[in-house]
Amino acid sequence: MNELVSLDAAELARRIHAREVSSVEVTRAHLERIEAVDGPAESGVHAFLHLDAEGALAAAEAADRAVAGGAPASPLAGVPIALKDNLTTTDMPTTAASRILEGWRPPYDATVVARLRAAGLVPLGKTNLDEFAMGSSTENSAFGPSRNPWDLTRIPGGSGGGSSSAVAAGESPLALGSDTGGSIRQPGAVTGTVGVKPTYGTVSRYGLIAFSSSLDQIGPCARSVLDAALLHEVIGGQDRNDQTSVSAPLPPVVEAAQAGARGDLAGVRIGVVTEFSGEGYQPGVLGAFTDAVRTLGELGAEVVEVSCPSFGYALPAYYLIAPSEASSNLARFDAMRYGLRVGDDGEHAADEVMSLTREAGFGAEVKRRIMIGTHALSAGSYDALYGKAQKARTLIVRDFTAAFATCDVLISPTTPTTAFAIGERADDPLAMYLADLCTIPSNLAGNAALSVPCGLSADDGLPVGLQIMAPALADDRAYRVAAAYEVARGPGAGPRIPELRALEATR
Amino acid sequence: MSDITRDDVAHLARLARLAVSDAELDMFSGQIDAIVDTVSRVGEIPDDVPPTAQVVPQTNVLRPDTTEPSLRRDVALAEAPAAEEGRFRVPRILGEEL
Repeated sequence: MNELVSLDAAELARRIHAREVSSVEVTRAHLERIEAVDGPAESGVHAFLHLDAEGALAAAEAADRAVAGGAPASPLAGVPIALKDNLTTTDMPTTAASRILEGWRPPYDATVVARLRAAGLVPLGKTNLDEFAMGSSTENSAFGPSRNPWDLTRIPGGSGGGSSSAVAAGESPLALGSDTGGSIRQPGAVTGTVGVKPTYGTVSRYGLIAFSSSLDQIGPCARSVLDAALLHEVIGGQDRNDQTSVSAPLPPVVEAAQAGARGDLAGVRIGVVTEFSGEGYQPGVLGAFTDAVRTLGELGAEVVEVSCPSFGYALPAYYLIAPSEASSNLARFDAMRYGLRVGDDGEHAADEVMSLTREAGFGAEVKRRIMIGTHALSAGSYDALYGKAQKARTLIVRDFTAAFATCDVLISPTTPTTAFAIGERADDPLAMYLADLCTIPSNLAGNAALSVPCGLSADDGLPVGLQIMAPALADDRAYRVAAAYEVARGPGAGPRIPELRALEATR
Repeated sequence: MSDITRDDVAHLARLARLAVSDAELDMFSGQIDAIVDTVSRVGEIPDDVPPTAQVVPQTNVLRPDTTEPSLRRDVALAEAPAAEEGRFRVPRILGEEL
């Protein structure tokens, strides 16, 4: 394994900008790593749905020229990155891991993609996800699951399991994800990587294929807290193309990560959410979490317990609101202007073509959610289901407001278990939904939240994630606490690139 | 249970323009019934709690009222399932034979 693929983005950028190594060399090393471990689709990591080696090397050459000219475009210029395949790219297909969009070439770049390009980052390719980001394992991808580099028989989390496994396997130092109910944080937790859901509205959603518009948020995936912060500042900030984009300045997340790394949390009040423990939580996850709580105390933080009684409504409210918004958002896949069209034989009318296309193009989970959303929004059920879910959202916002009145940040395990086996929950949607239990409240309330690796579970030796939640527009607090914890935890229990010897040997 | 029947799911599939198979109807009706049953827990919440639709309240987000270039016709049509004479070609919209 080439040493370059084990380095953090910040260190890669330092070496590239000091001309100790070129962006082309760094990019080649990652493309070779992908070649070695990503395939075959049936047994490799399978993080990528599409690779663009030629485009990546051209972007790397451009970054090298800018460095040679003394003007790298940004602190991350020349560093490779992987993009979740629900972000539009003009030079690569964008499928959302759905047959209905197989091979689709979008006519515009997502704002975050345009910003990456302008900042001189090097897009390597598009990563796998649960179809339309609906799932917690990537098993709902129409193109087969990704695999967890720690154990290839296990899930890499979802929906952003392609991005998390790419970063965990050393295929890319950075990736972008989207988090509607935990799709950045839960994959980060189960692969031992960092995943951040920024405050709703602080990273533009323009060009993100919409799943649930009031919850969707793009954010960074990385192997260190500082790397995530550096990427956060490249993609964040107001965008006129997204009407929900907020005008407030982006919180100073890089500065906060650097301040946190000095390892002093004196004066910081941290609330442990009472409701996120007990039954359903794996002992090894709770053990690693308890150790993390102790470490935070040793860093000088005051740790208290906080009850958020309405968080129990988060899961049911989410599985009404997200499907409702999805049923509306996915109505655009009507076989008329782009994507798949089935049954256009002169015999079938437009509505029949629409139904045949959606039947052929969508997978089971997408159909389930569209129908549940259609039900929740129908005249007879609206008040009892969708209306009540919106009331639940109010109660959850109130719980956060009360908790943040006494605490600077809240913490919990990111997800109740470590990575489960591929296939274990595939036929039981309700069991799958439990993976998002701890992450959903922050989507419903719109506040910032991240997952940072907090060691390995004593049960099975697999990574555990510590979730840190901060108030809206106070993302910097979560970064500060995460960076301090990361230093105290030390590299031993942090993200490491699993060796994947078996895969490499078979190539 | 939430009393979602197989016929209800067939109706939802029609509304959502999904030509689901009989086998899918069997599978989905049990699953959707169980899911709706679980999420119905929100029914316990008192009616007097106000709803929250979105969390970053913004109103009247407008851009300056000036003309700007839009997607070129050839670009818009490039990924169409079918195009003819510079337009999207769509199946007939009436169910009956004309």
